[in-house]
Amino acid sequence: MKLAYAFPLAGLAVATAAQAETITVATVNNNDMVIMQSLTEAFEEAHPDIEVNWVVLEENVLRQRLTTDIATDGGQFDVMTIGTYEAPIWAERGWLVALDDLPEAYREDDLLKPVRDGLSHEGTLYALPFYAESSMLYYRTDLFEEAGIEMPEQPSWEEVREWAAELHDPDNQLAGICLRGKPGWGENMAFVSTLVNTFGGRWFDEEWNPELDSPAWQEAIAFYVDLLGNYGPPGASSNGFNENLALFSRGNCAMWVDATSAAGKLYNPAESQVADRLGFAPAPVAETPKGAHWLWSWALAIPASSEKQEAAQAFLTWATSQEYIELVGESEGWTSVPPGTRESTYENERYQEEAPFAGFVLDAINSADPTDSTLEPSPYVGVQFVGIPEFQSIGTQVGQTIASALTGDTSVEQALQSAQRATERTMQRAGY
Amino acid sequence: MSKTRASGRTVGGLRSLSLQAPAVTLLLLWMLVPLGMTVWFSLQRYNLLMPGMESFAGLENYEYLFTDPALWRAMGNTLLLVGSVLVITVGGGVLLAVLFQQEFPGRGIARVLAISPFFVMPTVSALVWKNMMMHPSNGVLAWLAGVFGLPAVDWFSSLPLTSIIIIVAWQWLPFALLILLTAMQSLDDDQVEAARMDGAGPIAVFFYITLPHLKRAISVVIMIEMIFLLTIFAEIYVTTSGGPGLATTNLAFLIYIQALLDFDVGLASAGGVVAIILANIVAIFLVRLVARNLES
Amino acid sequence: MTTYKTKQALPAEGHLATTPASEVRARHTPLVPSVGARRIWLTLLGWGIALFIFFPILWMVLTGFKSEAEAIADPSLIFTPTLESYVAVQARADYFKFAMNSVVVAFGSTLLALLIAIPSAYAMAFLPTKRTKGTLLWMLSTKMLPPVGVLVPIYLLFRDVGLLDTRTGLVIVYTLMNLPIVVWMLYTFFKDLPRDILEAGRMDGASTLQEVLYLLLPLTLPGIASTGLLSVILSWNEAFWSLNLTSSSAAPLTAYIASFSSPEGLFWAKLSAASTMAIAPILVFGWLTQKQMVRGLTFGAVK
Repeated sequence: MKLAYAFPLAGLAVATAAQAETITVATVNNNDMVIMQSLTEAFEEAHPDIEVNWVVLEENVLRQRLTTDIATDGGQFDVMTIGTYEAPIWAERGWLVALDDLPEAYREDDLLKPVRDGLSHEGTLYALPFYAESSMLYYRTDLFEEAGIEMPEQPSWEEVREWAAELHDPDNQLAGICLRGKPGWGENMAFVSTLVNTFGGRWFDEEWNPELDSPAWQEAIAFYVDLLGNYGPPGASSNGFNENLALFSRGNCAMWVDATSAAGKLYNPAESQVADRLGFAPAPVAETPKGAHWLWSWALAIPASSEKQEAAQAFLTWATSQEYIELVGESEGWTSVPPGTRESTYENERYQEEAPFAGFVLDAINSADPTDSTLEPSPYVGVQFVGIPEFQSIGTQVGQTIASALTGDTSVEQALQSAQRATERTMQRAGY
Repeated sequence: MSKTRASGRTVGGLRSLSLQAPAVTLLLLWMLVPLGMTVWFSLQRYNLLMPGMESFAGLENYEYLFTDPALWRAMGNTLLLVGSVLVITVGGGVLLAVLFQQEFPGRGIARVLAISPFFVMPTVSALVWKNMMMHPSNGVLAWLAGVFGLPAVDWFSSLPLTSIIIIVAWQWLPFALLILLTAMQSLDDDQVEAARMDGAGPIAVFFYITLPHLKRAISVVIMIEMIFLLTIFAEIYVTTSGGPGLATTNLAFLIYIQALLDFDVGLASAGGVVAIILANIVAIFLVRLVARNLES
Repeated sequence: MTTYKTKQALPAEGHLATTPASEVRARHTPLVPSVGARRIWLTLLGWGIALFIFFPILWMVLTGFKSEAEAIADPSLIFTPTLESYVAVQARADYFKFAMNSVVVAFGSTLLALLIAIPSAYAMAFLPTKRTKGTLLWMLSTKMLPPVGVLVPIYLLFRDVGLLDTRTGLVIVYTLMNLPIVVWMLYTFFKDLPRDILEAGRMDGASTLQEVLYLLLPLTLPGIASTGLLSVILSWNEAFWSLNLTSSSAAPLTAYIASFSSPEGLFWAKLSAASTMAIAPILVFGWLTQKQMVRGLTFGAVK
């Protein structure tokens, strides 16, 4: 019956399009976005003239899909979920609608400054942050207590290695440490870049010459391969954020350095078996504290090719508003609210009460500086990435070679040499 | 006589042409329009992420492509992948076809179960193998290894290409089985019986009667599988993304990296053109070899 | 026509008839116990291998009925089945919308491909020219080009003619994608048809159209059916074009899977539930038509 009606209805939808506009929202299949999708009705109630059509895809597929569409002016989407990396680059190319006339009620000044800066191009905002994160160290308080280890205010990587060695217990399915190993510029290279930063290295010198075979990189990667190779979980080279989240929440890791946005999930007893034994500390440092923790946000933007920009903006301002955050807090619990975007979230008493990590995360985000994240000066913006279009390919390529060093296929030195050569080639081709 | 035959041939030729026209024209368009565009793009400096920077590049893209060490590795991987899967599926397919040709209770259901993987989407089978079978700590294989007191194999890190081959072979073995089983059914039982009477053992029967009988079916399997195996993509994309390093990057995946990670349309197009040329070389040599087999 | 049909049915029947006969023969020989043992071994081996091959699918289906915690725990066949993953999956994406697109696109493209391919294969089989074989090989070689190499040109073309995210667009792409295989398979089926049957028809003054409609098609129906089935399966499972050329209104089940493939947190049960739903229709379809497919294939390409 239903199916039979579907066809005439499709015709009707076209006829009534003038009244009810349908916008297509493309987003990642992360938990926070899934919650957003489930709350669509609340938005449609407030905006009876707008209907929301969802396209939810896995991160890599989504990224590729959106880039193809926006670069070819395909016009398939009205709202796109993009990150701190894409926003300024796409804005510069004129692909995104400038968000310079946001309504007063949106309280733009409530957005955290580093996050807002990351999504701006030449001072104009081009995407609104849905959630934002930095990185930090998670650890198991019960294991640390048992071993008599005290977590200092600022752990160093050397200490982390000692603890990992001490706690590593593969017979009981416990890894000393879990870290990202899955190749990809947004996967292992996000973590590795912060490690290189704190070891005093950088991707490029001020003349855009790659520095991947520098001593700082050698030291950092050798350290990473040793640490994760010896005290990591089995199959570390295919673990990304999601895999590690699953491992840690099942109690298979003593420590984990990754996104602060994992805290909400790890503290949720329904999803995590370690919710009551969870400690956290700042991301470890080595030579320098600079660039030791990253800054990232998932944000919503309107492509210039969208024909329904007004409706799209209504959706954007709803999904990233303070009211939305409160709505999630009430319906899903306060640990589940999208973190890291608004001052008001962190001023909220309920949030402070239920999310013990709140103040900590706020500090981490506020102290990450994408414009100054390396010991020696560098020409690029971004802590765990380099804000140039070529970085997707460079990061992914280098990520692959580092993964092959991690699995022992190549030596660290060889891996870095080939990474250096590949990067030089790409940069030359791009005309740097 | 010769006149009519000649004219008959031309009339036949014309009719033949007009009947083939729709398929040939469409495929020509499907091939030539994108191919034309691909060749054109391959001579351009054209990156989707750099609008307004397009310019004529001559053979620069090709030069860049051929100096890329990844290209040769990718070609090697492609051959290794196609070759191994062909050997496993054809070899295994023949043995399984012989097995499932025998009478045993529930044979029909057993057959249906054995050919099922062919109906499963490549993405789904890759996801199932990656997460539920080969996962180094929670996979069924790791658990099995544990039961026997063996260390779990970290499939995608230590045996990346082998893992991909296993997954792809799992999908295509049923296809080979399906075709070969079908061919088995037309095997002349009397001939087998006669050979048995002459004192031929099962092995001799297999090599002198069954195998030659299956020759043509094997050609079909090789031909169809080769077409699909040369462009294997989903299985690699879902599991290893071509790594670690370049361990599982085949030609299709290399082009993917250039086209959809770098959005370097010029370079990807050059890769596409190289792939087309390679495909035609394969078509000329191997397919022709197989096709001759089909004729006899 | 009738004579031919019986002829075609013969091998199968003949086969069925001989096997019991050989069994009967075996029963009367003194080797009875060893034959019995052989039968047991055969049964064990046959079922063992079949289950071994089928196991990943079985495991996926079972996992879909587990809770997320059970899904990731040590493998176990004993658990309390739950539909929670199915409910969760359906709440996030309307399965039927995606499934409907898959059905329309897979069958639509198959029909179209058959329509275009039949005349072409007919011509190649019965009116071959010097170029026929070359044309066939060339058609097959178009399939060896990695689709990703031409994605950008196709995307631009589709954008300009408004085919992005339409079922029509996907039907066109799949038709062209499967056309070489369809033409080639039909060609082999047609070529195996005894020529005198068509000649006889021609003597009776049948036109080409009549010849195709009343002689060729009925005679080669099993072959056409199995070609069509293969094309349906290939279209259903295609994931590259469908992901890149559709967004929402024409998105088939392969896109549906992509939204569950590697999310945050525990997801194996939900992924399994979604996967089971995505492959169930085509799997059941494959099972039901398996005999048909085999019959067609026996008759044609691999006889």
